[in-house]
Parts: sequence; C-alpha cells; structure tokens
Amino acid sequence: MVNTKTKKIPLTGDQAVATAMKQIDPDVVAAYPITPQTEIVMYFSNYVANGQVSTELIPVESEHSAMSACVGASAAGARTMTATSANGLALMWEIVYIAASLRLPIVMPVVNRALSGPINIHCDHSDTMGARDSGWIQIYCESGQEAYENTILAVRIAEHKDILLPVMVCQDGFITSHAVEGVQLFEDKKVKEFVGEYKAAHPLLDVDNPVTYGPLDLQDYYFEHKRQQSESMKGVLKILPELFAEFEKTFGIKYDFIDTYKLEDADIAIIALSSTAGTARSVVDELRAQGVKAGLLRPRVFRPFPNEKIIKALKNVKALAVLDRAESFSAEGGPLYTEIKAALYDSNIKPMATNYIYGLGGRDIFPDDIKKVYSDLGAILKNKKVANPINYLGSRE
Amino acid sequence: MAEKKKSWKEIPIGGLILEAGNANEYKTGGWRTFKPEKNDKKCINCLFCWMYCPDSSIKVEDGKMAGFDYDHCKGCGICASVCPVKCIDMKKE
Repeated sequence: MVNTKTKKIPLTGDQAVATAMKQIDPDVVAAYPITPQTEIVMYFSNYVANGQVSTELIPVESEHSAMSACVGASAAGARTMTATSANGLALMWEIVYIAASLRLPIVMPVVNRALSGPINIHCDHSDTMGARDSGWIQIYCESGQEAYENTILAVRIAEHKDILLPVMVCQDGFITSHAVEGVQLFEDKKVKEFVGEYKAAHPLLDVDNPVTYGPLDLQDYYFEHKRQQSESMKGVLKILPELFAEFEKTFGIKYDFIDTYKLEDADIAIIALSSTAGTARSVVDELRAQGVKAGLLRPRVFRPFPNEKIIKALKNVKALAVLDRAESFSAEGGPLYTEIKAALYDSNIKPMATNYIYGLGGRDIFPDDIKKVYSDLGAILKNKKVANPINYLGSRE
Repeated sequence: MAEKKKSWKEIPIGGLILEAGNANEYKTGGWRTFKPEKNDKKCINCLFCWMYCPDSSIKVEDGKMAGFDYDHCKGCGICASVCPVKCIDMKKE
C-alpha cells in the first residue's frame, strides 16, 4: 500500500461495496432491495440515517422505478448510484438501455444471481450477461476487495468526459457478497480526492441553459446516436489505462483489463470471470507442482471486450477452456466462450478451445471440477482434437 | 429542408437538444395537402381559429387575425371547421 494507512477489516462483499458508496457519498441513490444485493442498500440506508453521507436516498417501489429515478437524477446533474441483482435487473431492463443511451454516468454494483425461473437466489451470471449488450460498461470482480475498489474506480470511468457511459460492477452473489474477507479500505479523504466532484456537462437543473433529454429520435439521427455509443465504448479501451494508472498512483493497486496467472508459458489455460478464478488459481499451483503447464486468464472488464489484451495473453496457449457461469441458449456455448472464439478468429493464434457451462443457480464449483477441466485440456492437447466443444460442468448426467 | 444532415461527430451525445425552443426551426408546412385561406371580408376576428389551432400557426396582430404561419401549418383544417362565419377555405396546394 502506497499513500494509504488503513488496516484490513473483516467485511462481506456487500459491506465492502456499501463502504465504497459511503466514501463516494453520491448525490442520489435510488434502490430497491433484492437478495443478495440487499445488504448494500441496507448498510447504505444506515449511513444515510446516521448522517454519515449527504446522499438523497430514494426508496422506490420497484427496480423499474429505481433506474427511472436514477435516470432523472443523473440527467439533473447528480452523481447517481443504485445496486441490484437478477430479477431486479430484469425489471429495470427498459430503463437500463435508456440510461446508457442518454449517456448518463450511473454506477450500479450488481450482485450476480441466477435469473428466474425456476426461482433461485444464488450466484450465476445470467443476469448481467443478459445485459451485456445494453451499452453499460461491465466489470467483474473476483473478491469483495475488488468490488470495493472497482466501485470507486467506476465513478471515474463513468464520468470521464470522453466516456459518459454507465457502469455495472459485478460480484458473485453469496460467494463474495456474503462471505467475510479482510478488506483493505482506503482513507475517506483519498477516495474523496480520487472521485472528485461531479460536474455534469448539461444538467437539467441548470435552468439558464435549458436542454432536452430523451426527445424522439427517428430514422434521421437515431443511428448516429447509436454510433456515438459504440465509438465511446471502443474509446473506453484507450482511456481506461489512464484511469488505471491514476488509481495505482493514488491507492498503490495495479489494475488492468485482464488478470493472468502463470499464463506466460502455459500450454493449457482456463478463462473464467469473478470468484471462480480464485479456485482455479489454487488448482494451477497444484498442477504446476506436478509439472503441468497450466495457466489462468480472468477478464476483469467484459464490456468493452478487451480483445487485443486477451489474444496477446493467450499467445502461447495450445488448448483453452472457457468457463461460463451463464447459459446463453444459443446452442453455441456461453457468452464468454462465443466472445473469446470471435476474438480468436481475427487473431494469428488458433488454440483449441472448449466451453464449460458451470455453477448455474449457485451450484458450487470445487477444485476437483477445475482439475477435471485441466485434465480434459490435457487430453485435448494429446489427441489434438476437441471432443466436446460445449460441456456442462457439475450437472448430473 | 434540404440541409445536409450532420455526422455522429457533429451532434450532441445521447440525443440531447442543447438549444431551447428550437422546434420553431422545424418547418412542418411541407406536410400540408390543403392550405387554409382567409376571406378578409367575412372574418369577424373572434380568434376561434387562434384558440383551436394545434400548431400555433394563426398569426395575430393588434388583437386581430393576421393570417397563417405557412411554415408550420400542417393543413389540418381545424380553423376552417371551427370558424363561426366560415371565412376560411381549405384549398388543395
């Protein structure tokens, strides 16, 4: 830790995010509680009630209203946050797209949970993966620590003048949201300095310079506005390194689009998002001790998709397995897999690739499951052939 | 209306309109099939047409009906319909 002097304190992932929100002290939070995000709203409500933040908390009657209130507040010029999970995100859907289209820099921690039905409250990524093309930036966190850090970083990403896109900060429901870990908090003052003051370019509350948000936009200009959104999303790939560098300078923590582990000389590799990477990392160590050249790649930023970074990191890998904690029902594998395959097509590497759908509805993933994947990759390497491109890891046959 | 449309680089983001009251610049007169014309001799300046016009296209000067704003009149014919002395005719353009 450079520049910061705090000790680690035991917090759940939800508490860590609520603490980040307290330190950010946004102007407006409009949120509706839903498991496993509830703790975030609960703790934050305490901070509001205790006067520890100056936030205007809007307790709405649904997530559709939560995101609608966020859109209104953000357009008014307020630094705005909310948080949700699964069906809550689904209920926001219409407004999730509007927030991105109106280019409102709303930050939304999402605690990943399986979408109904059948109804389930545990972790998978079907909620945010469904929203992957909504125009929001998506960051996936391995731990409560990372969720804390990314929530703070996300404010700067969203509000960057050349980005102005909303950000989802995703962490795994219950696995990290409710597990207690030692979280290293930054000093309040440092966070305040880092996020700075938000000055909206065209706030609705600036009555001397009236603007119109959300007018009808038909055949003549809608396309151009979508084009702006996609160019801005591409621009995030260029701008983020600056913000990563500033984050490192301020808090002493290095960030990148991806996180790799023993990948440089790996023959076989797993690609996975969020907390599963932690389990995979311990398996990599175990296999490395046995002389198996195993590696790991964890995309941290999923939208925009850091294509070039990933391809570069995979350059020596001969066989890879993509672990998807979401089924896209495309019959072509999970969302991360299809994304990785698309990235590989334009690259000059062609590792053998296979997909594992796993952990749906919170089904636990154990080191033995990960070992099986690496062992399958070993077989693929030996036979020079992918027997099953799409597999279901941990589902009973 | 034949002005060159702007590229994505030249317009405000998010569909924002940064100028207040610029709907006036959007000429809707071209939508018209029937054009209202007033018979000055019959007009009693009751201003029913002004009250009912959905596009604020009735011009009024010194409290009197002073003609039509043809840049914005869409030719709906409401003015002709409500006129108590039937002094407005709708003529095909």
